[in-house]
Amino acid sequence: MTAAILIWRGTSSKRVKILVIVISLLATLSLVRMWADVLDLTSRGTISAALGLAVPIGLAGLGGLWAERAGVVNIGLEGMMILGTFGAGWLGWQYGPWAGLAGALLFGLAGAAIFAVATITFGVDQIISGTAMNILGLGFAQFFAQVAFSDAPGGGPTQSPSIEALPSFTWSFISDPLVDLHREGYFIVSEIAGFVSGVFFRLSILTVIAAGLFFASGYILWRTPFGLRLRSVGENPHAADSLGVNVYFYKYIAVLNSGMLAALGGAFLAIASSGVYREGQTGGRGFIGLATMIFGNWRPGGTAAGAAVFGYIDALQLRDANGTAMRAVVLLGALVLFVLAVLALRAKKYQTMFALGVISAALISWFLVTTNLPKEIALVAPYLATLLVLAFASQRLRPPAADGIPYRKGESK
Amino acid sequence: MLRRLDTLIAPVVAIVFSIVFASFILLAFGANPLDTFLRMFEYATTPRSMALILNSSTTYYFSAVAVAIGFKMNLFNIGVNGQYRLATAVAALVAGYITFPGYIGIPIIIFISMLVGAAWAGIAAWLKVVRGVSEVISTIMLNFIAIGLIAYLMAPSVLGVQTAENVIGTPIIPEGNRIPEITLGNAPIPVYGMILLAVALGFAYWYILNRTRFGFDLRAVGMSPTAAVASGVNVKRMTVYAMLLSGAVAGLVGLPLLLGAQYTFTVNFPGNYGFTGIAIALLGRNHPVGIAFGALLWAFLDVSAQILDLIGVPREVIVIMQGVIVLSVVIAYEVTRRIKVRRQQAAVGMAGHQ
Repeated sequence: MTAAILIWRGTSSKRVKILVIVISLLATLSLVRMWADVLDLTSRGTISAALGLAVPIGLAGLGGLWAERAGVVNIGLEGMMILGTFGAGWLGWQYGPWAGLAGALLFGLAGAAIFAVATITFGVDQIISGTAMNILGLGFAQFFAQVAFSDAPGGGPTQSPSIEALPSFTWSFISDPLVDLHREGYFIVSEIAGFVSGVFFRLSILTVIAAGLFFASGYILWRTPFGLRLRSVGENPHAADSLGVNVYFYKYIAVLNSGMLAALGGAFLAIASSGVYREGQTGGRGFIGLATMIFGNWRPGGTAAGAAVFGYIDALQLRDANGTAMRAVVLLGALVLFVLAVLALRAKKYQTMFALGVISAALISWFLVTTNLPKEIALVAPYLATLLVLAFASQRLRPPAADGIPYRKGESK
Repeated sequence: MLRRLDTLIAPVVAIVFSIVFASFILLAFGANPLDTFLRMFEYATTPRSMALILNSSTTYYFSAVAVAIGFKMNLFNIGVNGQYRLATAVAALVAGYITFPGYIGIPIIIFISMLVGAAWAGIAAWLKVVRGVSEVISTIMLNFIAIGLIAYLMAPSVLGVQTAENVIGTPIIPEGNRIPEITLGNAPIPVYGMILLAVALGFAYWYILNRTRFGFDLRAVGMSPTAAVASGVNVKRMTVYAMLLSGAVAGLVGLPLLLGAQYTFTVNFPGNYGFTGIAIALLGRNHPVGIAFGALLWAFLDVSAQILDLIGVPREVIVIMQGVIVLSVVIAYEVTRRIKVRRQQAAVGMAGHQ
């Protein structure tokens, strides 16, 4: 850890810093795997499942990011995601998975348009219109599912007939040998082997597209004039307006994009995860997406990392038969908090250090006195993590300055 | 009087718009809208349905008042869902495991439920006041944490028991801890006893808000935090009080169903009354009487939807209607507010010219 801190201080390159973080995390993961003796922690199956669970959350989070960067808080992500699952199911079972994707985008767009008219044109409070959007999205999907799937072959009022799968890749010549390497249980090497083998195992093309969307969003929002204008609308719309930026236009674009991304997350659930539309399929993932975006400090990289962590914990929970993996998660959380506490000590933030230290110590003792832990830890871990980040790192979080404030042209506060 | 009429315009417009909207959906579906609405109305006005409507609206009323207390000072308690679920689960465990002598059990159970609701909301209040965390986000997170916590508590290895085949929940609540029901006229279904508490809550809410210093401060903070600070109101303290109060009322939401009908809490206990409460609070403009009408309307739609399946129309058309009502009512309020502002500005401008 000292070495990591030394390298961190000695360099100003962002890439090296990211590398330091990644290697430190891998080392921590490796230690936890050995100490808690859970090989499945970084196995191919776990990583592959984690990836599949992370994508819908991440897409919802990316959708939230687009909207909030233009100053619109989108609580309605969940509703738009539900519309996406329905759109994917409806066109998907009839005309194939690609048509399903188009259907999801279309329904997401429609939902976002309604939300945008209420929020941007009429200036209704964003939390309220988002809540209404969630009710509306659910109602529409349930109603039309009844209409569309009740008499369809193999479908029912709450479920669509099955949708053909999208292409996915398995590169056995890379993946299979690495699985053997992972089983050997070497320090860090096995972790890397597990990760790489997991990525090249049943990799859905939608996952690749999602990854591309993250890079594209980062590029468009931070490297183009268009993105600069869009973000300026989220930081200070009146200043942007005075420079000739059409605030309403950029807000609309951002919200419509937001809806399509959330719906794409829904499409992933319907097409790639389960192969059908099913009522209640989203299970609050729109809200988790919102959490990942906050966790990721309103940035694409951070959002992706947040989604990866949440997906990973979820995957562990699904594959955890006897509660040992949950025990490992507790240890992992404890170690991460411990590192943060040490960092807080170095930054002379004693209050934060104390709080983090106490929580970390409590988690370690919990780990030591038990042999297996309830699954419910995985259910609450993402939300607890987000709350902790908000509580202890809120000074470091930097949401767009005009986030959530309705904008009226010519009416400054 | 004219002002009263002004505030009524928005909900009426919203309801009419939602009916028109739903009619188009029904037409597209191939059903006769007029016929469908008549059947719904007919069904909802039978004695049995009326009792059901009163029962549902009791639950909705608690939820909407909980939300409205926050709204009054611009606090968004999105966490009513988590607060009432956790509160109801704990109340069900207490009521199921402990047999109190006589009737003292009921007030104790109600008190515990309110306490748990307030405590869960208190976390969000603490995060907001001490760490500056938006209550919207923290209460959403707390909702999910509550779900996990309840799932843990209800596990057979912890406190849950098997109450029926394939059903795990809290032990069946003994007779003494149940809230007696009221039979109205010739209705085949009794009405929850807690409806009386809902009415009392409505009066208390009105009284505290309009006749006490606390209520005045609460509204002052909601209208202008800076002005409130200037007149000596401690905004942080008010935030904590409002959140705790909102949570305490949220603790009541699940009790009519728990102590009046189900007598056990399972993982499948209805979990979305909080969002319904938000919708109804908006519809009723946070006014105790407005909320009552909103709750009755919502319950009326819910109950009348039950006939739809029998006449071959998907009942979810009602959910669409409810969503449209909320969305259009908030838009209508915003538009009427703006017209009013413009009128005021025009009046001021005219006065200046004279």
